Amino acid sequence: MVAVPTIPAPVVERRFWWLLAAGVVVLAAGLAGAWVMEHEGHIATGMNNEIVWGTPHVFAIFLIVAASGVLNVASVGTVFGRTEYKPYARLSGLLCVALLAGGLMVLMLDLGRPERVIVAATHYNFTSVFAWNVFLYTGMFAFTALYLWMMMERRMNRYAKPAGIAAFVWRFVLTTGTGTIFAFLVARQAYASAVLPPLFITMSLAWGTAVFMLVEAGFARWRGAPRAPEFQRRIARLLGIFVALALYLVAVYHLTNLYFAKQTAFERFILLDGGVYPWLFWAGYVLVGSVVPLALVWRAGVTERGALAAAALVTVGAFALLYVFIIGGQAFPLDIFPGYEVTSSFRDGQIAAYAPSLPEVLLGFGGVAAAFVIALVGVQVLDFMPDEGR
Amino acid sequence: MSAPNANGTTLTRRGLLAGAAALAGAALAPGVHLIEIARAKTGEPVSSKVRWGLLIDANRCVEGCQKCVSACNEENGLEGGTRPVDVQWIRKVELKEVRTGRKASAPVMCQHCAKPPCVDVCPTGASFKRADGIVLVDRHTCIGCRYCMMACPYKARSFVHEPLTQQKPEVPRGKGCVESCTLCVHRIDRGERNTACAEACPTKAIVFGDLNDPESAISGRLREVQATQLRADLRLDLGVRYVGL
Repeated sequence: MVAVPTIPAPVVERRFWWLLAAGVVVLAAGLAGAWVMEHEGHIATGMNNEIVWGTPHVFAIFLIVAASGVLNVASVGTVFGRTEYKPYARLSGLLCVALLAGGLMVLMLDLGRPERVIVAATHYNFTSVFAWNVFLYTGMFAFTALYLWMMMERRMNRYAKPAGIAAFVWRFVLTTGTGTIFAFLVARQAYASAVLPPLFITMSLAWGTAVFMLVEAGFARWRGAPRAPEFQRRIARLLGIFVALALYLVAVYHLTNLYFAKQTAFERFILLDGGVYPWLFWAGYVLVGSVVPLALVWRAGVTERGALAAAALVTVGAFALLYVFIIGGQAFPLDIFPGYEVTSSFRDGQIAAYAPSLPEVLLGFGGVAAAFVIALVGVQVLDFMPDEGR
Repeated sequence: MSAPNANGTTLTRRGLLAGAAALAGAALAPGVHLIEIARAKTGEPVSSKVRWGLLIDANRCVEGCQKCVSACNEENGLEGGTRPVDVQWIRKVELKEVRTGRKASAPVMCQHCAKPPCVDVCPTGASFKRADGIVLVDRHTCIGCRYCMMACPYKARSFVHEPLTQQKPEVPRGKGCVESCTLCVHRIDRGERNTACAEACPTKAIVFGDLNDPESAISGRLREVQATQLRADLRLDLGVRYVGL
C-alpha cells in the first residue's frame, strides 16, 4: 500500500454528508420520475407498444449485470485464493448488494402496476424465467449478506471460503438467468440465442470490474485511504481480459446471426443502416467501450489514471451496447409474414421509433443513485474499505 | 380494551369489528350478487372438450375495410386510436408478396396459441390459457412488466399507457396492465357463439367456432381448404388459422 496524506476524520465526515446529499438529490429525482410514470401512466415515457422495454431497462440490466460481476473481486480473493484481492472482498460484496438493489428498484418502479409488486412475490409461474429471477435476486442478497458476515465477523472467518464459493456459483446462475430472459424470446430476431447467457456472464465480469475500480478509487479519495499500485495494475489487466472476452462473445453472437439467412436483415439494421443503433454499437461499444480501454490497460506501464479511464469507458460502452441490444432489438419489426411487405395501423413491418423521456431517464439515474447511497452509507458506518477492519 | 369516545359512550374492539364487517358486507354484497348472475348465465363450466378458434379467409377480406376493427373497439370499449401508445386488439394488415407482387389483406389479433409464449413467460401467471383455448390476462394479477409483449410472436398485445374511463362492465381494463383479444370471452360465457369481428365482417371472411367439433362450420371449412398458421415454424398450434396467405 502506498501511504497518502491522512485526511482528518471531520473532513471525511463532512465529505460524506455532501456526497450523501448529492446521492439523495438524484435518488429523489428518480423517485419523482417514477411518480410521474405511475400517476400519468407510461404515456409519460418514450416507451410504447413496439418499444415495450426502454431506458429504465437499460439502467436496470446494467446495474443487475454489474452487481453480479462486481463480486468477482471477492471471488478472486476467496475462491481462487489470490491474497492481494482479499482486502477488497468486503467492498466487493457491499457493491454487489448495492447495485442489485438499485437495479431492482428501477425494474420495480417501471412496472405498469408497481403497487402490485407484492403479487410478484406471492404468485409464481414456474415456467417463467422472470419468476425464477425473483428467487435468484433474493438468493443473491442472502448469499452475499452471509458471505459479508463470514468475512467481517472474526469468529466466522473460517466459513468465509464456503460462503464465498456459494455466492460465486450463485452469481453465475443469476447472470445466466438475466441472459435467459432474452434468450427465451423465441420469436424476436435480436434475442433467441443460446449465446446470450454466457455473453451476459462475460459482460458482467467486465462491467462489474469496471464499476469496482471506479468506486474503489472514488471512495479511497473521499476517505484518504492508501492505494495499492500493484493491485491497480493487476485488476486493470483483469479488466482487459474480461472486456476482450465479452467482445469475443458479442462477435460470435453477430456472426452466428449473420450465418442464418433469416437473420441477415436484422443484422444489417443493427450493424449497418439502423441509424443510431449502428453508431452506438461501433463507436460506443466497440471503439469507446472495448478497443480504447483494451489499448489503455494492455499497454506497457499502465498508470492508475489510464486504468480508471479504461474503466469509465467500459461503463460508457456498456450503456451503448445495452441500448442497442434492448431498444434496437425491439425497434426492428417482427417477421410475422415472411416473404411479404406489410403495412398496418399497428406499424407492422416498420422500424419502431423511440425517444427516452425525462421521467424514465431520471428513474434510471435514480437506480444508480440508490446503489451509490447504499454503498456510501455502508462504507461510512462499517469497515468495508481495504485498509479498515483488519 | 376499550376507549370512551366523544359522546362518552364506550367503543369496544368487538363493536368496531362488527361494524366494519357489516360495512364491508354491505359494500361487497352487490358485487357478489353480480358474480352469481354471471355464473347463472354461464351455464356450463369451461371445458377442454371445446377449443374456440377463428378461420380467416384473406381471399374474402376486403382491402381497406375496417369493419372488424370497429366492431372490436365498440364491443370491448376500446378507444380506437392508432398512436404507438394506443391499444389495438385487432388490426388489419395489408400484405404484398415480395416476389410476385400479389396483394392480400387480413385481420391479425391474438392467435390464442395452444402453447402460448406469453403464458410461459408471465411471472405471476396473470397471462393464462383457459381450458377452452382462450388466452387471457387476469387484470388482478398483471403487474405490467410487459414480458408477454416481448414474448408474443404476433405483436398481439397492447399495454394500457394512460388512465381509462368509460369502460364496459363486461370488459374490465386498467392502466398499467397488458391486454389483447379475448375472443369475446364475455359473449362465449353468456352462451353466444360468435365474436364481434366475425359478426361484423360483410364478406364472412372471419369464421368463429369450435375447432374440436368436427360438425362445426369452422372444422368443415378447415377440411375443405388449405389453411396456414402464422409463424408455423414456431409450432405454437394456433387457434387462429388463415386461408390465402
